[in-house]
Amino acid sequence: MWTIAGEGIHPSDEKGITSSLPIEGIRPPGKVVIPLSQHIGAPCEPLVKIGDMVKKYQKVGEAKGFVSAPVHSSVSGKVIAIGRFPHPSGNQSNSVVIESDGKDETIDNIKGRRDYLNSDPKELKNIILNAGIVGMGGATFPTHVKLSPPKEKKIDTVILNGAECEPYLTADDRLMAEMSREVVEGMKILMHVMGVREGHIGIEDDKPVATEAIRKAASGTNIRVVALQKKYPQGAEKQLIKSITGKEVPSGGLPMDVGIIVQNVGTAAAVYNAVHNGIPLVERIVTVTGKGVNRHGNFRVLIGTLLEHVLSECGGLAGGAGKIIFGGPMMGIAQYSLHVPVLKGTSGILVIPKGDVLLEDFRACIRCGRCVQACPIRLLPNMYSILAEVGQPKEAEKYYVLDCIECGCCTYVCPSRRPIVHHIRYIKAEMRKAKGKVA
Amino acid sequence: MAEQAVAEKEEKKGRLEGPTPKLILTSSPHQLGADTIERIMWSVVLSLLPATLAGLYFFGWGALYVIVISVASTLAAEALYQKISGHGNTIKDGSAAVTGLLLALTLPPGSPWWLSVIGGFFAIIICKQLYGGLGFNPFNPALMARVFLLIAFPLQMTTWPAPRSLFSGIDAKTGATPLGDLQVARLIGKGIGKAAELNLLDAFIGNIGGSIGEISAIALLIGAAYLLYKQYITWHIPVSMIGTVMVFSGIFWVIDPGKYVNPVFHLFTGGLIIGAFFMATDMVTCPVTLKGQLLFGFGCGLITVIIRMWGGYPEGVSFAIVLMNILSPMIDRYIRPVRYGAIKNQISKVKNQNVM
Repeated sequence: MWTIAGEGIHPSDEKGITSSLPIEGIRPPGKVVIPLSQHIGAPCEPLVKIGDMVKKYQKVGEAKGFVSAPVHSSVSGKVIAIGRFPHPSGNQSNSVVIESDGKDETIDNIKGRRDYLNSDPKELKNIILNAGIVGMGGATFPTHVKLSPPKEKKIDTVILNGAECEPYLTADDRLMAEMSREVVEGMKILMHVMGVREGHIGIEDDKPVATEAIRKAASGTNIRVVALQKKYPQGAEKQLIKSITGKEVPSGGLPMDVGIIVQNVGTAAAVYNAVHNGIPLVERIVTVTGKGVNRHGNFRVLIGTLLEHVLSECGGLAGGAGKIIFGGPMMGIAQYSLHVPVLKGTSGILVIPKGDVLLEDFRACIRCGRCVQACPIRLLPNMYSILAEVGQPKEAEKYYVLDCIECGCCTYVCPSRRPIVHHIRYIKAEMRKAKGKVA
Repeated sequence: MAEQAVAEKEEKKGRLEGPTPKLILTSSPHQLGADTIERIMWSVVLSLLPATLAGLYFFGWGALYVIVISVASTLAAEALYQKISGHGNTIKDGSAAVTGLLLALTLPPGSPWWLSVIGGFFAIIICKQLYGGLGFNPFNPALMARVFLLIAFPLQMTTWPAPRSLFSGIDAKTGATPLGDLQVARLIGKGIGKAAELNLLDAFIGNIGGSIGEISAIALLIGAAYLLYKQYITWHIPVSMIGTVMVFSGIFWVIDPGKYVNPVFHLFTGGLIIGAFFMATDMVTCPVTLKGQLLFGFGCGLITVIIRMWGGYPEGVSFAIVLMNILSPMIDRYIRPVRYGAIKNQISKVKNQNVM
């Protein structure tokens, strides 16, 4: 059995709520809000003006700079606003608002490629760029950038991440179970683009149906399906690499430093859809779950659909509004408004009713060391928390705080309920500020 | 123009129209584990129950009032300090109860009531609260109080009644601990004296002289197993501490069995088991890394053996642990986890990167 290096944790995962519910559609929304920044990197430039008519799949924002990805309209209709709108990151972002005409007219020249495995990798990469594909596991790093490492980095392995270690989330699980062919074909495209022969798909062992489906789809190829021991954060990039290949990504480095590229299974399916069908990334699978919402499920949601619409399609809130989280409970972001749109990286919507939200004061560190033992990156979270509390964020740099992946294991195990991850974010922000001043 | 108005309206809606329900915002993670300070502390109390019951069984009334007074004293001291300092109530977190119970278990049965009172107040006020409360105390409060009592009131701290069952009618007579006997024999030049005659079964069950809670190995091990199962302690400190005692005493025993007792004697007498599982593993005062804990346990074991074999006191566990408590911050400073991604064969790569 394959597992990760550090201790990690075993939170109660609650995946049973949605893991057996097949993917379904929801009614399309009356309007979509498409942020021009749905990825790590530079925001897009809008390509449309207020009043323009747009069609489905039409590019409405063009990538600006290398680390960027374009955005497309997920409906046909009229652009009614361009401006700053609430964004799931907790901020506001420049967005294009499109009122749907309900006709779903697509653009005319959709061209798929059937012989993708004989195509020039450069062309394929271009298709991926123009389809606006980003990492769909939540980090939303533009995929074409990941596929273009500097020349001196030799890539020999592609890993698909199907671990889905976040509690509650089952979107990737259902995707793999129901669309295994798309995932495996997408993987073949990624391997072809990178010119590598070694490919692994890592899946946590609590997903037997998905594992079986992928195994079947991948039989006869040189893609290996790896069952990983269930443990959070098994699906964090560095942990996944360590579990599958035994290699540790250097501190401050990227997977390509050890010759590896990691992509999410959802990204692979989107790559297939873009290359084979010529369709850009305008929808994704979202797990809607938690006690605070009436109807649970794995839904195919158009990107730009407002949270409000998704919730009303799911029977509305149950038991008083508490916390609404985009993503999973360990790394997801609590939302401040119901007017935020679903993005390319929104893997789940978790609604916790008011009564279940724990709001406790934190207490002094009792030096129990549980965070140190739980940290998958072998850091000293207790130190960061204390240094943040006493106002010495600079000191933390000596303890490699920048290596932190913010997985939340330390906060989860802390008996003093200290918001350690929050303290670490504060330290990182202070360090960024200090560096900005120097430069 | 009309379009512009719609745009403005839309923008306002997004920006200004507050969310109909008020949502709770906190930083991730949003799911937390069940273990809190309270849960851990009360579990430690629970894990000490077998040893407490064994003490009550073997020493009866003489154990009961020491335990009651000790726990009452630490709770009273905690409450008093909270009242004076104006801080929140911390009695319910259970740490004062743990300190009181641990203190009682290390006192001689039948010791004067004021010994428990002084010990309890010293542990909570001097050893914990004056440093800033739970989490800031450099020493295990219960052990520090015991060491203080041992130095300040040596007579009362080393007067041992012989164990007697609750149900036997014979009056207790003053006896000695096996380690005490050993020291007397050593000091008057009689080698190991009667120490070799110790009945190991008695020692395992607890039918020997000693402090209230340290005598019964089996009762202590049951409690320790519970803590290990709940993962509130790890095996590192107990194993390295007991292992060190066994190995070092074993070496000397092999060299000269006439002068040194066997390692099993060391294991079952005195406070080694309670110290290794319940005192040295105190979260606040031991190192945070597992490697550091191994070193910490080694130090505790080494000092214990040295005091027992050549020191002025028959028993060295308390001193050993308190001395190692001093070193804990130092151990944490120098023993750190290996940086992720900095293992040997990759270091060169990391360096190259820094150059770029």
